[in-house]
Amino acid sequence: MSIIVDKINYIYEIGTGFERQALKDVSCVIEKNEFIGLIGHTGSGKSTFIQHLNGLIRATSGNIFYEGQDIYDKDYDMRKLRSKVGLVFQYPEHQLFETDIFKDVCFGPKNLGLSKMDTELRAFEALRLVGLDENLYYQSPFDLSGGQKRRVAIAGVLAMKPDVLILDEPTAGLDPKGREEILGCVQHLREETGITVILVSHSMEDVARYVNRIMVMNDGILMYDDTPANVFAHYKELEQIGLAAPNVTYIMNDMKKAGWNVDTSVLTVEQARDSILSCIDQNVYRK
Amino acid sequence: MGIVKADKLTFEYIRRDEEGNVDSITTAVDNVSLEIKEGSFVAVLGHNGSGKSTFAKHLNALLYPTEGTLWVDGMDTSEENNTMSIRQTAGMVFQNPDNQMICTLVEEEVGFGPENIGVPTDEIWQRVESSLKAVGMYAFRKASPNKLSGGQKQRVAIASIVAMKPKCIILDEPTAMLDPAGRKEVIDTLHLLNKQEGVTIILITHYMEEVIDADYVYVMDEGKLVMQGTPRTIFSQVEHLKELRLDVPQVTELVYELQQSGLPIKDGILTTEELLQELERFR
Repeated sequence: MSIIVDKINYIYEIGTGFERQALKDVSCVIEKNEFIGLIGHTGSGKSTFIQHLNGLIRATSGNIFYEGQDIYDKDYDMRKLRSKVGLVFQYPEHQLFETDIFKDVCFGPKNLGLSKMDTELRAFEALRLVGLDENLYYQSPFDLSGGQKRRVAIAGVLAMKPDVLILDEPTAGLDPKGREEILGCVQHLREETGITVILVSHSMEDVARYVNRIMVMNDGILMYDDTPANVFAHYKELEQIGLAAPNVTYIMNDMKKAGWNVDTSVLTVEQARDSILSCIDQNVYRK
Repeated sequence: MGIVKADKLTFEYIRRDEEGNVDSITTAVDNVSLEIKEGSFVAVLGHNGSGKSTFAKHLNALLYPTEGTLWVDGMDTSEENNTMSIRQTAGMVFQNPDNQMICTLVEEEVGFGPENIGVPTDEIWQRVESSLKAVGMYAFRKASPNKLSGGQKQRVAIASIVAMKPKCIILDEPTAMLDPAGRKEVIDTLHLLNKQEGVTIILITHYMEEVIDADYVYVMDEGKLVMQGTPRTIFSQVEHLKELRLDVPQVTELVYELQQSGLPIKDGILTTEELLQELERFR
């Protein structure tokens, strides 16, 4: 149950004056139920990469194996792959179109040729998974808030019962609470269904809080592929390529420089708090 | 009078059914009164649907008040005769840079606005040069906008507004689609314009870190103005902000967490330096 990416290269507009290599020898193994954060500056190849994973783009060279099968084999069922690897694009709410939310979520499974009952069961299940209030199911999707619309759009992909869910900047443009709701929902979903999640994000704080592995793309190369703590330890290199570490990483590094014996590998505010408190005499603050 | 003054500004979205009868009324901006000083850097916070963008669209007369009055540089925005001069006084930059680019070269993009209001050719070129220099994009003047990074595109979008010589620039989530470096580029550019050219900046954002250096912050909820003050006073109210679906910068949140654990540390810390200084007491 995994995806193996073996030295894929992708060149845009090959053979023309605009030829540009978007991916260079990218290799990785993605295991079942992983929660991966994919980061990189705009134009680093993130979107090109994720579109390879469900066959929307075909690599110029190299191979991709989905559950042991080469997806570029002549008789490989690409349609099936696309229902197994669900891709939620940026601003997915722009793709909502039906008169009510329930119908919108039914659209995908209906097109798989499922019976009416199976389609509706899947839609219910998907809407339940994204935690949308049942009173809203038969309302127009256009009356919802930004975060709710986005959850409906994600439900539309979940109704296809994918094994892998790829989200391209699912929190762009949402308020802090909306960001937390979407990512909390994705995390919960992963725990409940065992789905694999790949999260493309520009928010280092969000990535640090939720994922357990980070892949960093730079100019088409997979530059780092490691745990969040190990990746953010390279915060200086990340800055060179237009990224950053979460703010707490900077706070903890500055404290360390000022002579505090704090843990610089913390990823969240809560961990930072605990690390700072462990350096302070408990008599000073115990209530 | 300040560059922007709102007096009991109210805006209602009215939805009608097929017969034209009123179906529902949503009050997007509700009785907002405020005054923004010329030359200041102001941030507007609020969750999705709180009315921020509707308010912003009033500032360059894309929408008119249902009730109340809004003056931009002393001009009443509901007077149709003022519309053109208001749009030259207050320029707007939106979220997605790709939707704002229409020309094949960066310099043409920046010259497009002045050309449309009949600025003489020589002056257009002067304005293109000075505004591209102001945002640090002069080296890219002969480049195609679609070859730029997100942050660069957004800076070109800002230069296009600067070329119109506005007194005030309104930015509606200009960094939502940018990577960390792009976000920093844009915010630094805005501060530079504010300090060097004295342009009033009104920044709408969901990133609390971008608000730290603002002069004044307004917080909207359900169309109403619910909080206002300096970043320090606003971010001292961690719980209130979270109730409003907002957040605080990570440093401030860390301070809040330390307080909750019983550490007697002061409120309203916005930077790591302040935190380090404050923590010295506990060493």
